[in-house]
Amino acid sequence: METGFIIEKFILVAVIFGISLVIAMYSTYAERKVAAYLQDRLGPDRAGPFGILQPLADGVKMFMKEEIIPTTSNRWLFIVGPGLALLCACIGTAVIPWGSPMEIGGKIVPLQVADINVGVLYIFGVVSLGVYGVMIGGWASNNKYSLLSAIRAASQNISYEIAMGLSIIALLLMTNTLSLKTIVEQQHGWHWNVLYQPLGFLIFMVCSFAETNRAPFDLPECETELIGGYHTEYSSMKLGFYLFAEYINMFVSSAVMATLYFGGYNYPGMDYMATLLGPTWAPLFGTAILFAKIFFFIFFFMWVRWTIPRFRYDQLMNLGWKGLIPLAIANIIITGIVIAIIEKF
Amino acid sequence: MDMESLSNKKKVLEQKPLSFMERMYLPAIAKGMGITISHLFKKEATVRYPEVEREFSTNFRGMHSLKRDENGKERCTACGLCALSCPAEAITMIAAERKPEEKHLYREEKYAATYEINMLRCIFCGLCEEACPKEAIYLDGPIVPADYLRKDFIYGKDKLVEAPLEMKK
Repeated sequence: METGFIIEKFILVAVIFGISLVIAMYSTYAERKVAAYLQDRLGPDRAGPFGILQPLADGVKMFMKEEIIPTTSNRWLFIVGPGLALLCACIGTAVIPWGSPMEIGGKIVPLQVADINVGVLYIFGVVSLGVYGVMIGGWASNNKYSLLSAIRAASQNISYEIAMGLSIIALLLMTNTLSLKTIVEQQHGWHWNVLYQPLGFLIFMVCSFAETNRAPFDLPECETELIGGYHTEYSSMKLGFYLFAEYINMFVSSAVMATLYFGGYNYPGMDYMATLLGPTWAPLFGTAILFAKIFFFIFFFMWVRWTIPRFRYDQLMNLGWKGLIPLAIANIIITGIVIAIIEKF
Repeated sequence: MDMESLSNKKKVLEQKPLSFMERMYLPAIAKGMGITISHLFKKEATVRYPEVEREFSTNFRGMHSLKRDENGKERCTACGLCALSCPAEAITMIAAERKPEEKHLYREEKYAATYEINMLRCIFCGLCEEACPKEAIYLDGPIVPADYLRKDFIYGKDKLVEAPLEMKK
């Protein structure tokens, strides 16, 4: 491993990490603005022009607040919980192909931190780990409500993980590979996977709403039911970490949805643009298109949050186990049959 | 035991099981999302205070003001009816006799040398305005501005009396 390789990967990791943090920061701003406009009001517009500096103000507020660690809590786990949540949220960005390989000064630089050939499995592993942050936070708080919420969060997460995995299996029957890079390359032009797997995409989207604890599946953290849920006892930056981890999770889920089903950095007319812009700028244009798709999905997350009331716990489990799993299995069967028929002829 | 319905307003709620389209949740969700997105394109109801202020109605009771008559003389004669009628006991005054050289300042021989309203006690009911026989006090000012100390909320004559005639012109 030459130093050139290490430096290249290091720069890529730093850039991606920085971008995901900035996007998560401005997602908080966008959430408030979108919520406001959907409710016939203006969002924050006093901190800087159009309220652009509001996330900075929120960050400063988070740092300046008093750090309270309850004496009856499990101190070590209390501190580890939010850190774990943020860690699992951030490492998900490592396997997503952000653009086709670009050429800088004659050298080809892949715009993906790690092109492992089990990319999809890695994403699922990281998502499953994400539930630990919530569970540990709820347990370490030594608070009945936090524990209840952590239990609910854990059960919700594992229930919807199954349906998510099953919907991906149908996709894998088509793509024959787990590597995210290959999956995106197969969706060249306009052959996006959503056209071949609409039901799979729907199931995946519903499950990613549940995985990110986002309305209408936000029972673990809602205020009306469980005070603050698993982050009741947290203050200052630890709370900031939990909230941030939720937004980074949302960003990563949107990126995975865009990559697996909506063609990643592909768009109709990309061959023409590749000849027009050359090998250095065309991949960056693809990256910009990918970010446009991701922002649309983030907007979609927020749009749904402010439309639908949340699910009751039993309705949630009902939907996960008795609704989505049979549907996902039916999807696999139908996909298998169709592929077998197509291969026959 | 079936009770007889007295007003016929009772509505029997049908607890039908959900149809397939309803159980799917998706059509209802899509309809809801259509409604939500339509609000994105409507005008916001927010009033951008303090650049834009909402208009008060004509009956709005704001800060008090002690009026003057056509000749610029203060109307208030310190009769004490406003203090008597105030349910919050917010008004206090000390009366004084008008000297010959002050004839242009006050309408009658008795006037209020000190007139104080404690704005924190005042409930802006307007009973003082109704009680005044000389039409001297009106509640037609703006909302009382915020301040830091309790003592600064006891408004004296300097803040309450209306501006003299020359300044009004």
